[in-house]
Amino acid sequence: MHPWIGAGSEDRQDLLHELGLETIDQLFARLPESVCIDHLDLPPAQDEISLRRAFFDLGLNTTTAAREPSFFGAGVYNHIRPAAVDAVLSRAEFFTSYTPYQPEISQGTLQALFEFQTLMTRLTCMEVSNASLYDGATAVVEAVLFAFRVLRLKRPRVVIADTVHPIYRSVLDTYADPTGLEIVTVPAGPDGRLDIEALEAAITDDTCCVAVQSPNFLGVVEDLPVVAQAAHRVGALAVHVVTEALSMALLRAGGHFAFDVVCGEAQSFGVAPGYGGPHLGFFTCKEKTIRQMPGRLCGETVDSEGNRAFCLTLSTREQHIRRAKATSNICTNQGLMALAATVWLEAIGGSGLRRLAEDNLSRAHDLARRLVDEDTGWRLAFPDSPFFNEFLIQGPIGGTEIARKAAEAGILAGIPVARWSTRWPDGLLIAVTEQNSSADLDALIETLRVAS
Amino acid sequence: MKRRAHRDEPLFFERNPKRRGRQGILLPTFDGPSTQPASVLPAEVLLDDRPLWPDISEMDLVTHFHRLSQLNYAVDEGLYPLGSCTMKYNPRINEAVAGLSAFNAAHPLQPDHQVQGVLEVMWELEETLKTITGMPGVTLQPAAGAHGELAGILMIRKALEARGESREIILVPDSAHGTNPATAAFAGFRAVEIPSGPDGTVDLQALDTAMNENVAAVMLTVPNTLGVFEHRIVEIAELVHSRGGFVYMDGANLNAFVGRALPGLMGADAMHINLHKTFSTPHGGGGPGAGPVTVSEALLPYLPVPRVVKTDDGFSMLWSGENSIGSLRGFSGSFLILLRALVYMRGMGGDGLREMSETGVLFANIIRKRLEGAYHLQYDTPTMHEVVFDDSEQVKNGVHNTDIAKRLLDYGFHPPTMSFPLVVHGALMIEPTESFGPEEIDAFCEAMLAIAKEAEETPDLVRAAPHETPVKRIDEVRAARNLKVRFVDEA
Repeated sequence: MHPWIGAGSEDRQDLLHELGLETIDQLFARLPESVCIDHLDLPPAQDEISLRRAFFDLGLNTTTAAREPSFFGAGVYNHIRPAAVDAVLSRAEFFTSYTPYQPEISQGTLQALFEFQTLMTRLTCMEVSNASLYDGATAVVEAVLFAFRVLRLKRPRVVIADTVHPIYRSVLDTYADPTGLEIVTVPAGPDGRLDIEALEAAITDDTCCVAVQSPNFLGVVEDLPVVAQAAHRVGALAVHVVTEALSMALLRAGGHFAFDVVCGEAQSFGVAPGYGGPHLGFFTCKEKTIRQMPGRLCGETVDSEGNRAFCLTLSTREQHIRRAKATSNICTNQGLMALAATVWLEAIGGSGLRRLAEDNLSRAHDLARRLVDEDTGWRLAFPDSPFFNEFLIQGPIGGTEIARKAAEAGILAGIPVARWSTRWPDGLLIAVTEQNSSADLDALIETLRVAS
Repeated sequence: MKRRAHRDEPLFFERNPKRRGRQGILLPTFDGPSTQPASVLPAEVLLDDRPLWPDISEMDLVTHFHRLSQLNYAVDEGLYPLGSCTMKYNPRINEAVAGLSAFNAAHPLQPDHQVQGVLEVMWELEETLKTITGMPGVTLQPAAGAHGELAGILMIRKALEARGESREIILVPDSAHGTNPATAAFAGFRAVEIPSGPDGTVDLQALDTAMNENVAAVMLTVPNTLGVFEHRIVEIAELVHSRGGFVYMDGANLNAFVGRALPGLMGADAMHINLHKTFSTPHGGGGPGAGPVTVSEALLPYLPVPRVVKTDDGFSMLWSGENSIGSLRGFSGSFLILLRALVYMRGMGGDGLREMSETGVLFANIIRKRLEGAYHLQYDTPTMHEVVFDDSEQVKNGVHNTDIAKRLLDYGFHPPTMSFPLVVHGALMIEPTESFGPEEIDAFCEAMLAIAKEAEETPDLVRAAPHETPVKRIDEVRAARNLKVRFVDEA
């Protein structure tokens, strides 16, 4: 019998005998014959040696940031992942356990979630954080549905900046379709920042929320206080979307400006890019709206002897209890990813987090300055707009073409925005992290110069 | 479960809140010019440089989480018979492969030609799932089972729109997972319950009455949450189809019949597959999961994007589709979970997958036979992969299913799923899976029998359980009433 099956062939006979059966088929007698098959048309079991070889070989067909300098970002960032993070995650007590519905034997997972919630509220300057969501895109959807609920399902209009990640906006469209929400998009001005006049014109009395991303999809830091004021003027909720979570170590998050929700993607905190997942959605809000919050939540309590303990709480919001009246479609959370972020944020440390963000800022701004100073022919699309570690460049050839040429030269130069943006179709979006050495920066500059 | 950690582990924030100048990891240094934040960022958005939490050294960090881990039960600790959750062994080769940098460092927006290995994994997984279900299409995008349900129901919605119909109702049996009615509501439908018949399966008469031209779909779990196979599934599907409805199959329990039967032959139009249940990807303390959805011919045009396609030049990602419902999450799926599932399927092979289902069903029947005298069984219909007892015998002595669950902790086992499905009052839903050997099943049954005896002889002992766990019975009501959901520094 296969090693991943506990009963051997002799055991199977003994167990069948105990049940008074002759063959295993008798256990399936209730299945109508017309739906049954006698075997699966799949190859035989592969042993470990051949599995390792086969997948290693598949990996050879893949070029990644592990092999070449990469300036890819756009919501998925290549940050340091300490070996200690993976070591903690590989403990079976964490990765082979289920949702902590039995708190007496799940205090490890629960305390880590409580620490995660605390870390996220400190970063966002908000009062409560849930225990994670699927990813940044679904976090934005949840924030919109949350705002709609908080305002008693009476305001169907959603105002969203078109510099919120285009994939996030397309996911919002999918969810909004059956709910009757009306999504209104507000353009950016020529400086890559949200056009505040257009924003104010778009916000009406039936607007439930105003969602803005900062730093936005083009890397530009938005004027958050103005956005919150505009939303609150009509009583709408202000939502701050974050895709590069490390930015919150340097830039004040929405909580500092009375935003009602700060949410987005926290993949930057120790989660591998992994071709798009699993990643780590986060959601933080004010205490007064906690009962409308989507997703799992860990709370502090005591055991029967009065000792501090943790358990999942307010689960009456969730679908396994509330069924058709649940606050969200999410049933799992991203438990292991939330643990990764917790270990990562604690490993980097309070002082280290700020240093790391400043390091990213220095590298990105050095690259931006050199592009201009060293006559590469390339320039910043928004030279007067503030940015953190990501920015859009334009040059003598289009972003798609330069990306292709750079790839041939062995550099993942950045992401051409042509597939989404008709405003800046020739732009190339470049993210710079602590993984990019000054040799990487030299190589990118050289490539840009030569290729164009 | 006895605690192994020797001390209470304080919160990270309590350790030494003011301590600075330690490091958990040596950060790289940039040898170019440094940029002062204030010189490039507007003052009103710049955060001051006060640290938001303490620093810690690497050893202290690892110790903190090591100690926390010792307060957890896990599959590697012993039987984890949570009904419906399918807590099986997570083979380590899956983890080894998922750790390859060629996979985990791939960026989802890289051009297709750079990530052919990644795309091939996704394509092969799709083909394998088609073979396992006998259905012609699949999306790998959904992040979890409930997310897969939403994908399926949105496709059904779109298919009805294409027919110019706006049906409003989704029928759900009273034994359904809570996610089914929740999904229906989120997709803009109204969920209507249909009662189960005396054997625990769908009451065909009730379905016939409810199935009118306003019903978009019926959501069915097969086998259902009682561990009972819907033996009239073909007639049910024919009835639903004949009145213009769709059949959504909740595949949470697919592990009961892999290699023995095909949902495609049962008449399913869409079915999500919880890779973290049937196909062994780790549950991770509550996620991440993955919930691919297989579909029938009728729903093929509406599959979400992006999705992988095979062309003459290899594999590529299709980012849009004329009739697609669109995207349900960022990028193309939880790839590292999909990868683990494919490694498992290949490692098992076709015959191994069939033996997996057979062994899970065999163990569930053994547990049923051994516990039947001690615990009440509401439905005596044949059991597939899980068996649902209830506490009605024990309630006579004032012992409820939650007490039994907590007492099991003292015996070193994770309890079954409690109080679900709702059609069984005081339910104890036991799913052993195929992973453990007969000795572990023996030990579990002995513990259950011992507890049944205790419930008669020393009910107070059971009611006060657990006695041996790292913390004693937890006051969950207080947690909800007196909400504390983050650590706040007293100072």
